[in-house]
Amino acid sequence: MPWYRRVYDWLERRTQLEGPIKEAALHPVPKSTASWWYVFGSASLVLLILQIFTGIMLALVYVPSAAHAWSSLEILNHELPLGWFLRAMHGWGSNFMVAVVLIHMAQVFLFGAYKFPRELTWVLGVFMLLMTLGMAFTGQVLRFDQDAYWGLGIGASIMGRVPFIGGELVHLMLGGPIISGATLTRFFALHVFVIPGALLAFTGLHVWMVLKLGVNEWPMPGRIVRRETYIKEYNELAHNDGIPFVPGAVWKDLVFSAAILFAVACCAAFFGPYGPKGVPDPTIIDTVPKPDFFFLWIYTVLSFLPPELETPFILIIPPIGIAVLIALPFVAGIGEKSWWRRPVAVFSVMFIAICFGVFTQLGTYTPWSPKMSAWSGDVVPVTYLHNRTPLERQGVNVFQEKQCRNCHSLGGVGGQRGPALDTVALRLTEDQMIRQVLLGGGNMPAYGSALSPAETTALVRFLESLHPADQPAAADASRRVVSQAGLPANTPIERSGGQTAVH
Amino acid sequence: MDEKLPPPTPQEHEDRLEKERVTRRTFLMNVGIALNAIVALAIATPIVAYVLGPVLRRKDYLQWITIGETSDFPQGETRLATFKDPFADPWDGDTGKIPAYVRCSATGEYTVFAINCAHLGCPVRWFAESQLFMCPCHGGVYYADGSRASGPPERGLFTYESKVQGGKIMINAGQMPTLQNRASASPCPSSATPTSPALVKRIEPCPGTDASTIG
Repeated sequence: MPWYRRVYDWLERRTQLEGPIKEAALHPVPKSTASWWYVFGSASLVLLILQIFTGIMLALVYVPSAAHAWSSLEILNHELPLGWFLRAMHGWGSNFMVAVVLIHMAQVFLFGAYKFPRELTWVLGVFMLLMTLGMAFTGQVLRFDQDAYWGLGIGASIMGRVPFIGGELVHLMLGGPIISGATLTRFFALHVFVIPGALLAFTGLHVWMVLKLGVNEWPMPGRIVRRETYIKEYNELAHNDGIPFVPGAVWKDLVFSAAILFAVACCAAFFGPYGPKGVPDPTIIDTVPKPDFFFLWIYTVLSFLPPELETPFILIIPPIGIAVLIALPFVAGIGEKSWWRRPVAVFSVMFIAICFGVFTQLGTYTPWSPKMSAWSGDVVPVTYLHNRTPLERQGVNVFQEKQCRNCHSLGGVGGQRGPALDTVALRLTEDQMIRQVLLGGGNMPAYGSALSPAETTALVRFLESLHPADQPAAADASRRVVSQAGLPANTPIERSGGQTAVH
Repeated sequence: MDEKLPPPTPQEHEDRLEKERVTRRTFLMNVGIALNAIVALAIATPIVAYVLGPVLRRKDYLQWITIGETSDFPQGETRLATFKDPFADPWDGDTGKIPAYVRCSATGEYTVFAINCAHLGCPVRWFAESQLFMCPCHGGVYYADGSRASGPPERGLFTYESKVQGGKIMINAGQMPTLQNRASASPCPSSATPTSPALVKRIEPCPGTDASTIG
């Protein structure tokens, strides 16, 4: 007997693991499940292992101190050989993990795999999704830069909206009265010990149940799940038309996992690590905080909610969403599994995916935010200066200097909070413009106290010139009547406040 | 009919004794579980109290500190100032520095605004030319007096309680202002009486409304 065989036998006699492992590996699964659609769960597991491994590597160097975290990341990025690559692997691994987990969830949902007897597997999965998102958020905090600092501020502000105990929750979350070193250490503990520990335990149970209850068979229209007969039907399917999990189905899992790991490594190598961006110094306020990719949609939603709806929405919708996910297998635990017979399920997934995509896309360029540097950085198109009077050109100066450009674009450049003003003269008459500028309204601040009458006149004259050459500017019909008819000589005319005179 | 049960056979006797023994062992096991539960509770209590430390330790994290000399803040201007978090630890690094805006509306009258947008806490930026605070996150805008101008915030900027003492401006600070703590208890000076901008009065807006007439 060769020496390795003797070593193996010696170990096996003591651990006795061969039996259970063989049983798990060779258990029969329905032939239809050996599909490329069934690879996302194992890929999530592989990514979790990658995250744990790269996370431990980063923990060798990372310093969870508010004063040093940022510098330790810079050292990882620039001084330690391949430190940047480990950071990039961990960062991209997290992105891939969230994405693959979401795909896995959508697949499980569309294939009806959450139905009897796999309800608890689904419920555990919901919590694992929440933990994965929790890992993504706490990980973003550990990258202790400006975005992390202000992201914590956003989190604290949301906490602060909870009725009665909001103030206490903020202090609990921040570990004190304000974002500080104590905040970082508690997020470190969450990211490194608490959530991963729970996630691993849940993953173990989740996989255990997949082994015990069997991989969900490929759903066929008309094959109805009934509590009384399902287990028997499934066992027949697995035994009569089944193959052993290893190697029948596992080879696809292995190939896909390798592809995913390779993709993570490629992204890490090509795109590098995320940040850290600016130092977490709150006195540097020239910053535009933004969350990581998978939270951009929340960022968008928070900017579109009307003020009075915001607090109820933030506090009520997420618990309802989670409750719906948990309740799903208990409400729809039997019946059709096939997507051909579940149109509501299919449309729900499509609706959520489209919302997620649109909100995320909006979050990448934040049209609702003033563009802070537009007034001093963006150039007025030269054509808007041609053939203009000195007063109109002075109006251009006012337009830039008073930060109008931060919210209004010209020539496609500038803020997008307010409407583009390239053809504003077609829409508003002079009087309407004056009113809009001075009084604001429609989500525009009033500029009455920030503009002198002369500045207002110049600004409105410039805006009045913004219309295509072949289309006249909007005009108040009564003005023309008055000017044609003429006024009696003794009519008092007030000239003030930027109001142009009546001729 | 008088029928006596036969005496237990030795086997039955053994079984009965065995049952009793098991009961005693079960009892002892239950005692053990109970002991562990008591000890667990005894250990859990300080742990929970420890976790809740930041909440239980101090009712209000507020302390009067100096934010600057009055001479640093000329009348009619709003300037960014920095103060040191009174509760900062040595390992807080840069996060121990907190910015705030000081506005001097008239000689001796100072308003100190928190940097945090009342919407979700992002740092607002002051634009002196247009006399507006703008938030880079979700587009909240405030007037020079801190009142809400537009965007998602539901109130004006948070203000710190402030006073002038010996030529120094003092503020009562220490915690991040959110909608639920004392920062929100002191309303903005302007939020109670919304003042329309000075020049507007001469233009005569639609009485009683600040709404735009443009659809």
